Amino acid sequence: MRALRAGWWLRAGRPPLPVSPARVLLTAPVASYAQVPPRPAWQHGERRPPPQQKVTVEVLDHLERLALVDFRDAEGVERLQKAIQFADQLHEVNTDGVEPMDSVLEDRCLYLREDDVTEGNCTKELLKNAREKVEEYFVAPPGNIPLPKLEERETFLQGS
Amino acid sequence: AARGCGGLWRRAWQRGAGGPAPRGQRAVACNARGGAVPAGKSGLAPWVPVVGLEIHAQISSNSKLFSGSQVQFAAPPNSLVSFFDASLPGTLPVLNRRCVEAAVMTGLALNCIINKKSLFDRKHYFYADLPAGYQITQQRVPIAVNGSLSYSLCIDNKMSQMVTKTVRIKQIQLEQDSGKSLHDDTRSQTLVDLNRAGVGLMEVVMEPDMCCGEEAAAAVRELQLVLQTLGSSQAVMAEGQLRVDANVSVHRPGEPYGVRTEVKNINSIRFLAKAVDYEIQRQIEELENGGIILNETRAFDSKLGCTVPMRDKEGKQDYRFMPEPNLPPLILYDAKSLPANMNHQQVVNIDWIHERLPDLPSVKRAKLVEQYGILPEHSFALLNEDGLTEFFENVVKQTQMKPKKVVGWILNYLLSYLKQHSLTVKESPVSSFLLADLLNLLEKKEISSTAAKQVLAELWKGEGKTPLEIVREKKLELIQDEKELEQICQAVIDGQENE
Repeated sequence: MRALRAGWWLRAGRPPLPVSPARVLLTAPVASYAQVPPRPAWQHGERRPPPQQKVTVEVLDHLERLALVDFRDAEGVERLQKAIQFADQLHEVNTDGVEPMDSVLEDRCLYLREDDVTEGNCTKELLKNAREKVEEYFVAPPGNIPLPKLEERETFLQGS
Repeated sequence: AARGCGGLWRRAWQRGAGGPAPRGQRAVACNARGGAVPAGKSGLAPWVPVVGLEIHAQISSNSKLFSGSQVQFAAPPNSLVSFFDASLPGTLPVLNRRCVEAAVMTGLALNCIINKKSLFDRKHYFYADLPAGYQITQQRVPIAVNGSLSYSLCIDNKMSQMVTKTVRIKQIQLEQDSGKSLHDDTRSQTLVDLNRAGVGLMEVVMEPDMCCGEEAAAAVRELQLVLQTLGSSQAVMAEGQLRVDANVSVHRPGEPYGVRTEVKNINSIRFLAKAVDYEIQRQIEELENGGIILNETRAFDSKLGCTVPMRDKEGKQDYRFMPEPNLPPLILYDAKSLPANMNHQQVVNIDWIHERLPDLPSVKRAKLVEQYGILPEHSFALLNEDGLTEFFENVVKQTQMKPKKVVGWILNYLLSYLKQHSLTVKESPVSSFLLADLLNLLEKKEISSTAAKQVLAELWKGEGKTPLEIVREKKLELIQDEKELEQICQAVIDGQENE
């Protein structure tokens, strides 16, 4: 999956490079937006991103297993599809010879703290968050319970 | 594989696991795989084992890597946990300066290139003792790379010949430790204690330059001594301050590396050697019998002395590494690049740390050999036991006996007593003062060597008597009077004549 490679969302370089100015208005022009519009107001007209391959069932299963998400139904998968397509627009920017940026903070100074003990000793407060506790320990299920294989679990993905 | 080790494996393979096997038996096993091996010939080329190590050393600091909670081994559960360690929303990591310095010291001691700009990343996986669901580590650009560690091995069991080997250090990175899980199988639950969560670790990755358990153990022992000398980690395996995972594979000479397995749950240096050797043997046998090696993680069972596949293995893990968005790059400086107007406390100066590095074990050993004229094997043994070097130097100061002889008494007698009773040098009932006293008596020829050993055995009881008192009590003095000696000899000769 091209779009899911690490770093795909950070490919934008600096300074901002010119992008095709051709905009296609999708809704009636409004003088100013008081808030984020409910639907995209414009998109690239001329150069449509190439038609995406469908996200395969194997990849969806892999994602469900890794991130413990549940795509639940066809609409969920479709939303994922659209999100990938949306992000793929970044590929239109020419980033040859530009170092990827990790974060807008990368020029900031990393603050170094002195090695003093300043926190801790709040066992009672922390345990208030625990649904179950045993003598000041948090209680968790025994080890990782692996997600059953695709064929064996009830998921919408089975049908596809 | 190095000369010493390769030979060992060739011989071991020919002999078969655990002892000599009749040649005929070996030939049958080979024939079964289709290779025509005439009986009596050893046949195939030897296997080349390859061992790499991943070592996690807990940084010796007052507080954790990214938070201000205390670092301490035994404490009431969840009492040394801050909101950040518990991954409560809204908390952010703040890097501990001492941890950075510890990593730089270790990198310099291991001849690494210190990266003046290193980055932090997130490694995602789910486990109850990792409340955030990710660990902050340094995957892309770690703090130190491309170093080396030299260590010594005894070629034979008698400690009379030592050979020096080197293992390359791939990298050293800073990362967070996870909490501790206590598995309660009877109630089908896991109890989680986050006291250890967030403690700073240095992960030292050693290239697969080792070829057997003995080499791996010697390398880890040397690393342990280096860390303890620097003070960057106390490196006590029993307290979990030093954890070792071994990557083991075997291949035929000239062919590419074989599939490797990762061996975890190794709790001591002795077990490390056992685990590695067992795994090498297992892989050889598996391949000899036509099987294949799976790229899996195995746990070492110290009771059974073998490795077993670990449960909870869900195929190859995808950690989805991503840059840690809350931490800018870590910038280190040296004398040349030192910024003029920056707060002193915010600057880590590599050169400043370099100047203040203490003598590493290898340097200490060389100095002992030079200063006292002892053998390298002796200085190795002295440094290998905590406090023994100091003990030795104290005895030498207080006695006229030559250091070469003193070291013999310490290594052959005192050390074996300590080992027999599982005592550390600090707990020794015989102090350096008492031993020096005893050796002086011996040196002045007031007692014989045999008598001295008897006195040492008495001193060991720790009853507070001085060597001189024991000698008087047991009448162990050497007779110095020539006339008396003459009389005794004459009596013996007369006695013989009479028979």
